[in-house]
Amino acid sequence: MSIKVQNLTKEFDGRKVLDNISFSVEQGEILSIVGFSGSGKSTILKLLCGLLHPDSGVIDIESGDVAMVFQYSALFDSLNVFDNISFALQERKEFKGKYTKEQLKQIVAKSLNTVGLSGIEDKFPHELSGGMQKRVSLARAIVTQPQFILYDEPTAGLDPVASTVIEDYILRLRDETKATSIVVTHQMSTITRCSDRVIMLYDGHIVFRGTPKDLLKQDNPYTKQFVSASIEGPMKIAALDF
Amino acid sequence: MANFEYYLKQTLTYQIAEILLGHLKEFFETFGNIAYRFCQVMKYLISLQINRRQVLEQASRFAVDSLPITLSIVSMTAIILSMQISPEMVKQGGKDYIGLLVALTMIREVGVIMSGFAIISMIGSSQASELATMRVTDQIDAMQVLKVSPFQYLFLPRVLAGFIMMPFVVVLSSTLGILAGGLTAMMAAKDVTWLCYFTSVRQGLYIRDINIMLLKSACFGGAISLISSSCGYDAKGGAKGVGIATTKAVVWSFVAIVIIDGIFAVSFYF
Repeated sequence: MSIKVQNLTKEFDGRKVLDNISFSVEQGEILSIVGFSGSGKSTILKLLCGLLHPDSGVIDIESGDVAMVFQYSALFDSLNVFDNISFALQERKEFKGKYTKEQLKQIVAKSLNTVGLSGIEDKFPHELSGGMQKRVSLARAIVTQPQFILYDEPTAGLDPVASTVIEDYILRLRDETKATSIVVTHQMSTITRCSDRVIMLYDGHIVFRGTPKDLLKQDNPYTKQFVSASIEGPMKIAALDF
Repeated sequence: MANFEYYLKQTLTYQIAEILLGHLKEFFETFGNIAYRFCQVMKYLISLQINRRQVLEQASRFAVDSLPITLSIVSMTAIILSMQISPEMVKQGGKDYIGLLVALTMIREVGVIMSGFAIISMIGSSQASELATMRVTDQIDAMQVLKVSPFQYLFLPRVLAGFIMMPFVVVLSSTLGILAGGLTAMMAAKDVTWLCYFTSVRQGLYIRDINIMLLKSACFGGAISLISSSCGYDAKGGAKGVGIATTKAVVWSFVAIVIIDGIFAVSFYF
């Protein structure tokens, strides 16, 4: 259950956001994709889950379900937590009618329990805190038992404690489900705690590949600038101005 | 050569042409998107992949929520119409035709088109802004990642609800319009009685007209939902994008129902 990406290219309005990108992720591995805003990190996730189509290149995902946790949770605000989590089981063609209401209740409760929540099935997304919304979003992603989980800035907008909780769940989900995961993030704690490997994007290219430890070594000018959050370095302001 | 290009771009003709071409391109894009989504909706409708709970929810919103404003607008129009024609008709000796005129106007045109305008402002704009908000907050993307088709889950119930419920709304509003027109006629002109008015109404009511009204209103309902949902679905950016999508949905729906109305008039009364 691995992901292989070869020579991936994607253009928006004549600008190459991704230019001949290649990487792979092995089963059960967590790969972090880092880079400044606008460097094409989220575009990779959208290409992997089929929301966008590449201009050229090959995405080879072995058969299996792909789930995605969105940056701002993307919970359906007209549905309560129960309906949000069980949405795919109720509406997707392959699951429709497969589960009774009682079974759905059990599955949702189990899924909520996995992310440390319970008894909030009747609440609506606007009644939950940012951290809780993120965890419900995780619960929704894992309810179909996916083989691949994509996280788009899972700790964005959360306080440090809530971020740590989410990072713990990313690790726990990997251990429990053996899912192959890709995490797009800016946060150093997420990179160092969760990742097995890291790639860094700049101007449509991969400018660093390695482990989180390699990233911190700062022997690469790009990673050095990224880790030190400096405006001085090979990454130009014009390219960062999004 | 570069200089020529620069000066060409500075000319007013070039700039006007550029703006017009931009609008034309946007028009064809929007039209193409609506046509494509209509095909998708038909695909799910024909294969009977219908979410009944969603259809019921949307039908309730379409008919019940819009009813107060639709009834008010149509009956007010009937009152104003009757207020102006009744004294004149009595003066010309045509008091026996007031009911006929009001009924014909309501059934053939005013009841349907005014209900359409009310539905666009009440339901169309709400559908467009709802889908646009879902788009800009990644909810539609999330739905697609969960492998649920937005055309099946969002579009089909709305279009079906519009198609089914709009005739119901139009029948109610036109009936109320005819009643309100009668009441006004009696108040605005002497010698007009309920009996005289309703005898006249009966003369002006044809089954063919009622059938055409039902079909036309169903097309209006379906078109309003399809266009509003489609414009909302294409929203880009944040709050500004939601606003632009909603305005676009209202404008396109207005134009669409006037065009559909014209097609019906030419097909059945020309």
